[in-house]
Amino acid sequence: MQLRFEEMMNTRRNALIKGTALSALLLESLMRAEDSFAYQQSAFDAKTVAELNKSLGLSVPLESSQISLLTPEIAENGAVVQVAATTTLANVRRWIFLVEKNPIPLVAIFNLTEDVLPSITARCKFAQTSDFIAYAQLADGRVYYNKKEVKVTLGGCGG
Amino acid sequence: MSDPMRIRLQSVAGVTTVKVLMSHEMESGQRRGEDGRIIPIWNIQDVSASWNGKVVMTAEWGGGISKNPFMQFAVKGTKPGDKISITWKDNRGDSRTDEVLVT
Repeated sequence: MQLRFEEMMNTRRNALIKGTALSALLLESLMRAEDSFAYQQSAFDAKTVAELNKSLGLSVPLESSQISLLTPEIAENGAVVQVAATTTLANVRRWIFLVEKNPIPLVAIFNLTEDVLPSITARCKFAQTSDFIAYAQLADGRVYYNKKEVKVTLGGCGG
Repeated sequence: MSDPMRIRLQSVAGVTTVKVLMSHEMESGQRRGEDGRIIPIWNIQDVSASWNGKVVMTAEWGGGISKNPFMQFAVKGTKPGDKISITWKDNRGDSRTDEVLVT
């Protein structure tokens, strides 16, 4: 009787150990799946445009006049600067908005589907006079950009 | 709970322009308080837009988006009665969803 009880406990313990290992594995794969959708913190930590390109794993951006930017020439208040980007390029899957001279150049990433037009407007902070740069990433991974300077008379990052 | 978003739609020939105004502090994480210490970043990080329940656009934002963020985009192939919904989530785990109907 005693033996059988011990055997039983053993099996239970083994099952428990196996179960724990399995749930740890499950948890790990779940976390990994989550990671692929997670907020790209490293890109928002990049302090230069070069660092940012590397962090996002982008191919070298090519300048394109097919991207039009609508920005103010002069912004009195750098805290709120409206910027708009639109393009005649086909298959744009992503817009990346940058303010080159901000402490953190990356402002926003917009992931588009075929159901939306390749035109986005947003409002950014400018710490100082800087180029506004918009990257358009196409479905095949190619990256095009255009840029426009915004003169700022009062900074928006309190820096 | 944060204040509702203001969402305005304008439809012309099946293309609906969506203008969204969110209510959020968007603290950049770059500013220093009176005590000289950096005020921690507090910003909307994830935004998603759905059309009749299907995600049509997502966005990731940093501290460089202005306070009370404004965003404009356009959805193709819409018809009256379609539902456009916007969700945001910030780095403190707060989130908000609002929806409007295409007229």
